[in-house]
Parts: sequence; C-alpha cells; structure tokens
Amino acid sequence: MGLLSDPNRRRALISLLTRLNTPICIVCYMAGVAWFMGLAFEPFTLRTYMSENAMGSTMVEERFPAGERALATGREFSAHKKRTGGMPVEWLMKTMQAKGLEVFTQRFSRTLPFPDENKERYMVRGTNVYGILRAPRAPRTEALVLSAPCSPGDNNNQAVGLLLGLAEYFRNQIYWAKDIIFLVNEHDLIGMQAWLEGYHHTNTTGMDWSPLQGRGGSIQAALSLELSSDIITSLDLVLEGLNGQLPNLDLANLFYAFCQKIGVLCTIQGKLQRNDWDSVSGYSHAVQTMMLMVMKQASGRPWGDHGLFLRYHIEAATIKGVNSFRQYKTDATTIGRLLEGMYRKLNNLLERLHQSYFFYLMPSLSHFVSIGYYMPAFGLLAVILLLRALDLWVQLSTPPQRTEDGSSPGVLSLLTPLVISHLTGVALYMLPIRFQEMAVEHFPVSETEAVVLTAIAVYTLLSPGTEQGWRVLKLVAVLYLAVLLGCTALINFSLGFILALTLVPVAAFVTPHVPKVLSAFILVILSPACTLLFSVFFFQELQEMPISFQDGWLLFLSVISQGILDHSLYGSLVYPLITLLVYPCWLLFWNILFWN
Amino acid sequence: MAAHRCSFSAVLFALWGLSLLTVARGQEATLEGNDRTAVVDNPESVAGAAEQAAGQPAAEDRRWEATAVEEVSPTEAGGGSDSPAPKPAASPPSVPRPKDDFQEELVIRPLHSGDIYTSFQFRTLWETDFTRENKVSHYRLFPKSLGQVISKFSVRELHISFTQGYWRTMQWGQPYLPSPPGAELWVWFQDSLTDVDGTWKELTNVLSGIFCASLNFIDSTNTVQPSASFKPLGIGNVTDHRFLRYATLPREIVCTENLTPWKKLLPCGSKAGLAVLLKSEKLFHSSFHSQAVHIRPVCKDDQCKTTSWELRQTLNVVFDLHNSGQGKNEWSLFKMFSRTLTEACPVASSSKIYIDITDNSQGEQFELSPATPLLSQAVVLGDRRTFSVYDLTQQITFGTMRSLNLLIRGKSSQGDMLRPLLHAERYVAGYGLQTGEIHTLMYNNHPYRSFPVLLLDSVPWYLRLYIHTLTVTSKGKDNKPSYIHYQPSKDRVRPHLLEMLVQLPPNSVTEVTLQFERALLKWTEYTPDPNHGFYVGSSVISSLVPSIVAMDTNNSRERPLFSSFFPSKEESSYFVRVYTEPLLVNLPTPDFSMPYNVICLTCTVVAVGYGSLYNLLTRSFQIEEPSPGLAKRIANIIRKMRGVPPL
Repeated sequence: MGLLSDPNRRRALISLLTRLNTPICIVCYMAGVAWFMGLAFEPFTLRTYMSENAMGSTMVEERFPAGERALATGREFSAHKKRTGGMPVEWLMKTMQAKGLEVFTQRFSRTLPFPDENKERYMVRGTNVYGILRAPRAPRTEALVLSAPCSPGDNNNQAVGLLLGLAEYFRNQIYWAKDIIFLVNEHDLIGMQAWLEGYHHTNTTGMDWSPLQGRGGSIQAALSLELSSDIITSLDLVLEGLNGQLPNLDLANLFYAFCQKIGVLCTIQGKLQRNDWDSVSGYSHAVQTMMLMVMKQASGRPWGDHGLFLRYHIEAATIKGVNSFRQYKTDATTIGRLLEGMYRKLNNLLERLHQSYFFYLMPSLSHFVSIGYYMPAFGLLAVILLLRALDLWVQLSTPPQRTEDGSSPGVLSLLTPLVISHLTGVALYMLPIRFQEMAVEHFPVSETEAVVLTAIAVYTLLSPGTEQGWRVLKLVAVLYLAVLLGCTALINFSLGFILALTLVPVAAFVTPHVPKVLSAFILVILSPACTLLFSVFFFQELQEMPISFQDGWLLFLSVISQGILDHSLYGSLVYPLITLLVYPCWLLFWNILFWN
Repeated sequence: MAAHRCSFSAVLFALWGLSLLTVARGQEATLEGNDRTAVVDNPESVAGAAEQAAGQPAAEDRRWEATAVEEVSPTEAGGGSDSPAPKPAASPPSVPRPKDDFQEELVIRPLHSGDIYTSFQFRTLWETDFTRENKVSHYRLFPKSLGQVISKFSVRELHISFTQGYWRTMQWGQPYLPSPPGAELWVWFQDSLTDVDGTWKELTNVLSGIFCASLNFIDSTNTVQPSASFKPLGIGNVTDHRFLRYATLPREIVCTENLTPWKKLLPCGSKAGLAVLLKSEKLFHSSFHSQAVHIRPVCKDDQCKTTSWELRQTLNVVFDLHNSGQGKNEWSLFKMFSRTLTEACPVASSSKIYIDITDNSQGEQFELSPATPLLSQAVVLGDRRTFSVYDLTQQITFGTMRSLNLLIRGKSSQGDMLRPLLHAERYVAGYGLQTGEIHTLMYNNHPYRSFPVLLLDSVPWYLRLYIHTLTVTSKGKDNKPSYIHYQPSKDRVRPHLLEMLVQLPPNSVTEVTLQFERALLKWTEYTPDPNHGFYVGSSVISSLVPSIVAMDTNNSRERPLFSSFFPSKEESSYFVRVYTEPLLVNLPTPDFSMPYNVICLTCTVVAVGYGSLYNLLTRSFQIEEPSPGLAKRIANIIRKMRGVPPL
C-alpha cells in the first residue's frame, strides 16, 4: 500500500493500468477461461477422501439378503399401482405396517401457475406415504430418510420394492441410533416439497398440505432412490440441488467408497471414470463431466428428489440405477447391500456432515475441485470489470476538455435508464404468468420476449445524453455487474461463471463510439436469453444427444417455462435473478451502445 | 381481575389436590393407600395387593372398592376376599413387625404392537426419621448411601430417573411410570433449609457419584422451579416451590454403568429374587429402558403421627418384537432376560409377578404357561385391568422344575396405532440458523370431555424465546390459557421456564407455538461436537384425564347398577404425566476445523487491507515543495516588503 500512498508512484501505476487496460483485460479473460479449463486436468485436482471420522474408520458388514423378495414386492406394488391408477396408498400403508413401521400419510394439492407441458400436469393432488422405523432406545431426535418416488408408468417400481425390502431388513436390526424414515412420494418433486414443508412446518411456496402426524427429529441425511429395472449395470450419483446447492462432499465420498468396496460400477453425470487422463480423449472426457456438472448446477433446479432437502441443511443425494448395454450386471441384492452399508455409516454419524467441502466441482467421482481452486477462474473474469471501472473513474476524474457543453450529467439522466431497465425487468418477471391467465393453451414466452424487446428498441432510440453521461452510466453499470456476478458466483459458482463469460466482454467493450449494428448484433448474441439458448445446445452436445435447431428452440422455450415453474413451485432463484437483475444490467449496456 | 386470579388459583389448587389424591397410578400407592395397607396389614394377600393397586384414597370408598375389586381365586376361596385376617405361611403373624419392609414385584404387559412391557418395582419402607441429627446409623434394608444423602441434604422427596429411549404412546399406550429421555431429577427440600441452591449443587454432585451419571452437569442453566407441575407425592403440606428443584439432562446416555449402582441399592442385590433377571446384556437389547429411584415420606399408620420413608426403585423395559422375537410373537422370561426365577428374595415380604391379561380373557390374544389360578383386578390409569398373579413366596409357583419360566405365546400383533386419551408431540419448525419455532401438539382424544393440562417447558437460554409470539390454538380457534407462569432466561445463568394451564377441548389437537432466535455462543461454550446440535429437554404435560372406566357408561359387566350412576371420584379421572420428545436444535456454529486459517485471514484483512485502505481514503495527499534556501527566503521577504510577488 506504500505504492498507493506515494502520489508519484500511484500516478505511474494508474497510468500504466489505463494505458494497458485493454491488453490486460484480454489477458485476464484468456487466463480465466484457461484456468477454468485446467480444472478438469487430473494432476491439478485433488483426490477425494473421507473427512468425517465417524464414517471413515468404522467398518460395517453388509448382509442384506433379500433382493429377490424386494423385486417381488416391487412387482406387487406395480400391480397395485396400475389397479388404483396412482399411488396405492392403502396397500403401501398395510405393507409398511406389516413390516413393523409406524406409518403415516400426508395429502397435498397444488395448482401450477400454468400447465406443465413436460409432465402434463396442472392441478396436482396426491398423497405421500411414509413409515418411520423407530430406533431402539433413541429419543426421536435424529433421523435419516430413504425415499423413492412413485412415478407414473412402469418407472421406479423396483425402487419402491427395494425400499420396502430394506425397511423390513432394517427393522430387525438392533444397531440403529437414528430413526429411519421410508418415504414414498407421489408426483416426484411436488410431493417431496409438500413433505419437507410439512415436516418443517414452513410454507414457502403456497402449497396445500395436511400436517404430518409423525416425525423423527432433525433429519441428518437423506438418499433418494430411482430404480427402474431388475438388473442394473451402473449406479449414477446426482448431487445438484435447488439453486445449485450441493450436499457435503463426504456423501459423495461415501457412495464412491461403497461402490468400490462392493464392486458396483458408479458414474457421475452418467460418465464413467477413465484412467487415461494424459490422453486428449481422457482429458476431454473429464472436461465433459465437469461441464455437465457446471451446466446442471447453473440451471439452479433440483436434478433429483434430493435437491429440495438441501434448503433445510440436510445432506442428500439421488442414486439412479442405469441399465445400459454393458456386460457388467448388478442385481438388487447388491444395491440393497450398498444402501445398507451407506445407512449404517450414516447411522454412525455423531454430528451432521460438515467436515468436508460444500462447494466443489467433480470432473470424476474420485476427483474434485474445491472452491479455492475454481474461484480464481471467476476472479480473473471479475477483475476485468474492476479494471474497466478504474479506467472510467480515471477518465471521469481528469478535468474534461470543456469544448462542447461542459455541464456534468445530472442525477436524473443517470436514474432514468436505471429505473426504466429495472421496470422492464419487473415486467419480464411478471408478464409470463399474467399472460398465462389470458391464454391458457400454450406458454407465451416468445410473445413476451417480443413485447419487451420492442419496448427496449423504442426506448433506446429516444435516449439523449452527453459524453460525460454515458461514462458515468457505464461506470455504474460495470460496478453493478461486478457486484451482481460476485454475489451470484459465491452462491452458485457455475451460474456466476457462465454469466461472467458472456456479460463481461459486453461490459468491457461497449461504448457509444463502436460500430452500432455490429455491436448490437454482438450484444444480442451475448444477452442472457441467447446464453441460455447456447447452453441448451451445449448441454445436449455434452450429453451426446445433439438436436436440430428447431428442437433446440422448442427445448429452449420449455426450459424457460420450467425455470418459471421451478421458481413458483420450489422457490428456485434463477428466474428472478435473471429477469430482475441480470437482464436490466444487460439493458444498461444496450442503452450505452445507443447513447446519443 | 382479583376474581379471575382467585378462580385460577382455585383451579390450580384443586388440580394439585386431586393429583395428590389420585396420583396412585397402577401399583403406586399414595399415602392413604399405604395407610390402609398398614391397617389391613395384609400386603401378601391378593386382595390386599389389588386394593393397594387400586389406591383408594378415602375411607368411605372402601365398601365400594370391595365390590369393584373382585377376588377370583378358587384355590384361596376360603381366604378372605374381604377379610384382612388370613396370612400366607411365609410371614407368620407371631413375628413382630419389622421396622423395615421390602417388597418386589414384576408386571408384564403384552403390548398392542406385539412388543412386551416389563416393569419391576422394588419398595423398601423404613420407619425412621432421617431428619434427626446423626441418629440413624444402623441400616438393614434401606441403602445407606441414600439414607445419608437424605439426612445430609435435608431432602424431603427425591425423584430421579434415567431413561434410554422414548416411550411410544401411540403404540404402547401409557406407561405405569412416565419418564423423559435422558436423566430427570426433581427434589423437594425440607422447608428448614436455607441455602437451597448450594445444597442442590452438592446433592447433584453426590448423586452423580452414586449413580455414575453426569448429573454434575446440572447447574443453574438447566434447573428450574416449576410452580405447579411437580407437587410432592409424599406427605407434607409445604408446596412452596422455592424448595423444589427440577432439572433434566436430555442428552444423558444410560447404560450398564448406571444399572450396576442402581442394582446395588437393592437388599438382595442381583443375587436373588426378581433382581436376578436384571442382566444388562438383555436389558439393553430392548426398545426402551428406564430406571428410577423415588424417595418420599409416607405415613406410618392410620393416625399419620409419624412418618416412614419409602424408597421405590423401578425399572421399565420394553422388548421389541422384531429385534428379539425374530418376528415370532413368543416371549418367555428366559428369552427376555436369559434367566429364569428360582426363588424370591429372602428378605422380601412380598414377591409377585403380575401379567396383564385384560384383553385376553378367553385366551384370544396369547397363551400363558404355566397357568396360574390367582387373579387380581386393579384400576390402572383409569382402566380396569385383570392380572394373573404368580406369588414367588409360594413354593408351588416354581413347580417341579424348581424354576419359573413364564411363557407368553402371542397369537397376532396389529401394527395400527392406538389413540391414547392424552398424547403430545413436539418439533422444531422452520429452517435456517437464525430463527425457528417450537411447536407442541397436545391431543385430547376423549370423545366428549375436555380437561385441563399443565404444560411445563424449560428451554435453555441459547434459544431466545419470543414470548410475544406465543399462540395456543385448538380447532382453529385461539385458546387462552387460564394460567401462565413465565420466567425469562438470563444469558448463561438460567433457562426459560414456561408453565401454562390449558383447557383441551374434546377430540381436538391443541397447538402451542413459540418462536425463538438461535444465539451465537462464545467459542468456548460450544460442546466438543457442536454440529450435533443442542438439546432442549422434554416438555412435561401433567393432567387429570377422565378415565376410560368413567367413559364406559354402559358398563354393567361387573358392577351393580346402583354403583354406576355417578362416577366415583377415584375412577372419574386419573393423573397422567406425558413427556414429549426432546429437541435437537442446531445453533450457528463456526468452522472449528480451521481456526488457524480464520485467525490468519482476519488478522491480514484487518491489519493490511483495512488499515491501509482506511489510510488511503481518509488522508488527503499533496505534493510538498522542498523548503527554499536562506538566500531565497531573504529575497522573498524583501520582495514582499516591496509589494512584488515572491519568487
């Protein structure tokens, strides 16, 4: 800091930064991207390790024998499900009771803001059934949850069967120290949301549910099981939850450790781990895995039933059985043993999982990138904004050549674009659902978008201003963006980083003096909506399921409607963030471009 | 206002009085009950035991009780169902009454859920006065360690329980002796005592040593003085709650090291009598385990001129059908305790096993072998129960094998829930680490009667209760408590105490909600495992519940019509104490695993970053001209005098 308190040296430093501003910014951007890409390179990442002592050293023996019986129960469940055309509540209650659980039900109903076209539902009404295995000699203070969704069609019957089989086996063991709650939830996430809200007696999303009759104290960890075939080839672990929250890394470690021990193939993002990290294909495999995680996390939606637990500080993950064409097959008994082992270790926990990381990225199941390693990538992007801000500040503070009108810009000229762009954001936030009430048939994203864009175009052509004025506006906009992205990246790194990748270049280059048409084109390409469109294509590409532009566009529209649904059903924050903050910020830059 | 206060104090007093009178739950006798056993002087006979169990409080009810409590014993038909005269051979009438007396008893109740409930009670009665200075030195049956505690700390009444597990009211019904998970201790001191708090502190430390438990963690931050919920169970009329101390340790783990000292208090140890069954490897292979010690003064005789001291040791265990029965509903003493009985404790004046066969009059629920001809009836928890009785002092009980191994073979087990008349649960609502809400639900499942309950909540200071958010609602309507006693907490000194008298409407759920804020503790105040969370002890709900017998207005089974029109007092309601589950609350916890990093980072930020930034922002910098030479200064002075601008 001595550097800055000496005026001469300070001047030299500032002049260096302003003179070399553009090259430094370019270098920072490149470095940021390069750093991010380097994260997937195995020698740069850490191996995962179990941090929690209570789960690390204790050995457990898995003895679950009744996989076949569980599958038979699953078939019975499926038959009853077909007969009742939904959740077979009576049968489930009877079965759970026969296995010695305390059984309770919860009814819930919810009307969506507009029909969900993907899952074809609008008025949702259902029942959750859960049975509590009371731990012997435990005072009902702690609980673990095992859940399986009751899905429409032939899905997840095996998961419910295995859940009931495990319940029966667990009930006969004496070693439980925590109550275990076996939950079969209807209407996947909506049922789960209802159950969790009922359990914690909160109501964040305006759902109707009947209060729960039985509880097991504070839930320490939860697993959600999805299994749709009798024999599986691998198990996939899903971690990404609501708003990009992740469970403690120890939960992933636990899963990985048991897969290794029992000999089950395990994947993350559907990708097996590869050992040839030094080859190009091995590296790109790791990049793909990591990018999939980044994209999923950035979407801010729960990617499995576990995703809603994270809000309540309950570590949770979804385990999905995958049946592909691989040779290596695993039967239900083995999966049961794996779950038994995991639950016994979770049962050993003395404290909540807290030892390991909560912020991480996983290029493979055995390696992770912690927050200390990935944050610099974002930092390098964010520093560009600060450098531009510094540059503008210096330009503003040097006395202007009073050639033309030397009046400094009024507060009003600055406030007008800010207010108008935010009002546009509010309109964008409100309109889709408001419009929906008028036109019920389909979701009117494109109309809304068109309306809003027209409004902007009209508004921008009218805005007057001075040379000084746009600088002040840009300074405010750049700092606004820096704060916005910084906060976003702290909560949801992936979202912050993707937004920074596209918005930082915009923020850096836009002035009223660049070629208007070309810049406008670039600005539109790098707008949040187009970022989402590209992400959709990119995500499909990563999943090795490329789609045509037409399908991509449809998918893009459905992603937007899903985003709005996630917001109103589960309280996902991505949609309000984009419409209320990011979009207005982008509009400010649009405004600067068309500054007269 | 005064009238209002009067009315609720009257209600309180009435409740207290009734609780005193009818506190006799199951086998627990009140002072009057004892009183009569002393008069009847026949604790060995079945009728006497039944009477004692029924716990009739008033003399004028005796006749009625004689009709209600029927003796169905063909073998002892000659013996008196009513007459107090006959005595079994074990205690001949010629022997002068000993000054102390020991009884042991085991109640086995096959539960609705297929589990089995076993309740041991050991009662030592001693006619002595501990309050006299240093007079008591010769101990026979009464344990010396406890006798000394009573005299040294001026204890009038002492109740201590250690419980591992939670009593599942919805599956098991009401327990004979309720207790909260963890350790609970409540003590009434003599009103002559001056320094109650100091004595309490010493007493807890001594008890901690006697029972090998962490009772020494009881201090002012978890001790309260309930104003209404805990009244003396023995004789005495001092109810000033300044002499009462109540504390719970919900986190206390109960295991063999607590059982062994408890067993040592028994006159026979675990060598003979029912206590041979108390093998820890089996007792702790169960769903519920609760052991307790109750000491109280009781009347010596009818006149109640002098008092004797009663020590009651109880042990309640529930064995789990699924864990130990392998799904087969078949129980035997050997299977439960891995021991059989061969003799009674030689010093015991009575040694009996009761088996609850109320729901099994035709043998439809379970089979019992060997069969016993002795039956007994008692009103327990407001319900008339029938018991098969095995008298261990009779040699014939052990049969030819010289050992008694009771076998209970269950026919079926239903998994559905019970609907106990009074039932409560509690949970923490909300999420996040800043605030939360405690919900207490109280269920009154009585179809048409409402009754008042006393709710006692003792919440540690680190949950800062917002008492203005207290709401009591039943059936969607506001339910105003008629009595509220609230003592706010003081940080690090004392907990919150909230006592309320709430009327529960019939067939309803009453919800009490209270918001709180989670305090940030000092870093040395966290426990070694702070992420486990912090415990809040059970709330205590005490009530006089209308009994099932009184509910059954069509009951003409065993009662003459003339006796059943007006509900008689002791049967119309009975005292129940219900404990809710303790709560586990997470407080905001710093990351203790990286204090070094935190300290380094904080220090760096403060010292380097903040310091210099502050410096830069607040100081104004200007370039200082080097001071001019002497010649120049003189020249300037001259130029100034001349009126021209300086150089």
